[in-house]
Amino acid sequence: MRVMVFAKSNEEMAKGMANPTPEMLEAFAAMDKFTEELVQAGVFIAAAGLKNGPESKRIVSEGASRTVTDGPFAESRELIAGFSIWEVKDMDEAVAWAKRAPNAMPGRSEMEIRAFYEAEDLGEFVTPEERAEPRKGERGKLGVA
Amino acid sequence: MTAGETHRAIEATFRLERARLIAGLARLVRNVDLAEELAQDALVVALSEWPQRGVPDNPGAWLLAVAKRRAIDILRRDKMRERKHEEIARTRHGAFDDAAEALETAMDDDLGDELLGLVFTACHPILSPDARAALTLRVVGGLTTEEIARAFLSSETAIAQRIVRAKKAIARAGLTFEVPRGAERAARLPSVLEVIYLVFNEGYAATAGDDLVRPGLCLEARRLGRMLAALMPEDAEVLGLLALMEIQASRLAARTGPDGDFLPITEQDRARWDRLLIRRGLDALVRAEALAGPVSDWGPYLLQAELAACHARARRAADTDWPRIAALYDRLRVVAPSPVVDLNRAIAHSMASGPDAGLRLLDEIAAAAALRHYAPLPAARGDFLFRAGRLAEARSEFEAAAALTRNARERAYLLARASACAGEP
Repeated sequence: MRVMVFAKSNEEMAKGMANPTPEMLEAFAAMDKFTEELVQAGVFIAAAGLKNGPESKRIVSEGASRTVTDGPFAESRELIAGFSIWEVKDMDEAVAWAKRAPNAMPGRSEMEIRAFYEAEDLGEFVTPEERAEPRKGERGKLGVA
Repeated sequence: MTAGETHRAIEATFRLERARLIAGLARLVRNVDLAEELAQDALVVALSEWPQRGVPDNPGAWLLAVAKRRAIDILRRDKMRERKHEEIARTRHGAFDDAAEALETAMDDDLGDELLGLVFTACHPILSPDARAALTLRVVGGLTTEEIARAFLSSETAIAQRIVRAKKAIARAGLTFEVPRGAERAARLPSVLEVIYLVFNEGYAATAGDDLVRPGLCLEARRLGRMLAALMPEDAEVLGLLALMEIQASRLAARTGPDGDFLPITEQDRARWDRLLIRRGLDALVRAEALAGPVSDWGPYLLQAELAACHARARRAADTDWPRIAALYDRLRVVAPSPVVDLNRAIAHSMASGPDAGLRLLDEIAAAAALRHYAPLPAARGDFLFRAGRLAEARSEFEAAAALTRNARERAYLLARASACAGEP
């Protein structure tokens, strides 16, 4: 199964990106080492850190209208600092790895693990006939990155 | 957390450490069976101690320390027994003490080395490919005997015996669990890659809807492949095999139609190919090709990976670069000759330069004994003849192919093609 692991950020952390403290540099090195372990175990698929600055956008839809808000966004517990995608045998394995991740934030930090919808979970949305029918144009596979 | 949950969490942590733990211990005690037992004992100790004391900061080191203590106890006991019998093997135990010390330091700075040593030992050419696969899945992949038996459609007893015999053969041969270097490594690597690809194909050959353990083998093989690629990032064939498996796995979900029938690559819905796996495969391929140099230097896995990539890169079946595929088969035929490669090569040339080119190549291989009862051969010839407008001949080839296949769906498909020949003017 595949999971996406979200690392949450806080304002302090986000501000520190431009001027990292020695502690932050150390935390990043630890994170690098951890990622290397994931690679060596064959678990790691992809990962990226995400900026929280004026270039982040939020799009709110209400009926036909779309409202775009510029970042940075203030709700500190909602900031996603980054994500990574792992391929694991089960959720227990994902949790065991996640507990091993170094705490890259000063103080408390949070991670969240979410399982991918795989093709077999989407039977209600894509019928077998639809699946067999070659699609016109480009359309990604539902639910899979 | 309930006691049951704590138990599961500890076992999950143990699973992350298990392969390295066994690898480290096997090199120490020179015995896979004992290493496995020691690792299991360490888990039992963890299950009794961690719920009270908490999980240690470095669970891997903790487990290794516990297992090593026990290993030393066992070896001391053996030593005393041997002394009693006046059969002191000083050298062996002296070597053991040195090894214990060496291990202590080695575990810290070259963790991957033990694991690689275990992989090379479990895949040693003195073992049959099936024995290598079972042992590797057991000690490196951490699968249970029952899981391996289900995956290989075999009985648990048969697999258990296969593993026991493999372990004994390793002990008899006095294998050291070291990573082979230089020329020896190059000579032994193919037997490692062969095992990983065999595991992958066991999973890949299973059809959708079957026991999920079999497709699970594809994941296991890719994990082994990724692990090997991380440990040997400078080897083009290791990366080539990884690329091949990632790209092939990207098509797993697209290989079957609504009735569960097999769809050939040209008829699959490419929107259902997994782009993430394709990208990973292409990344590995780029690295492999940079290491390997010109195509004339490529090994069989890299060539097959590039073949798979030619399909992956084509957004529509009509965009497929058949001339490139035909040229790659020309090379593969030299590096890894087989009648099936010859047949696929003929098909590729028919797609690249027309049915007559395919027919010419088929004539060259038609005499091969291995293909005498092989349905895809007359099926391919029927297809070439059909495309050349030689319908009567095409029809008898399709009928011959239908008579040879044991697969009912394939037979229906071939007979339908045969009658399509009759329907034409």
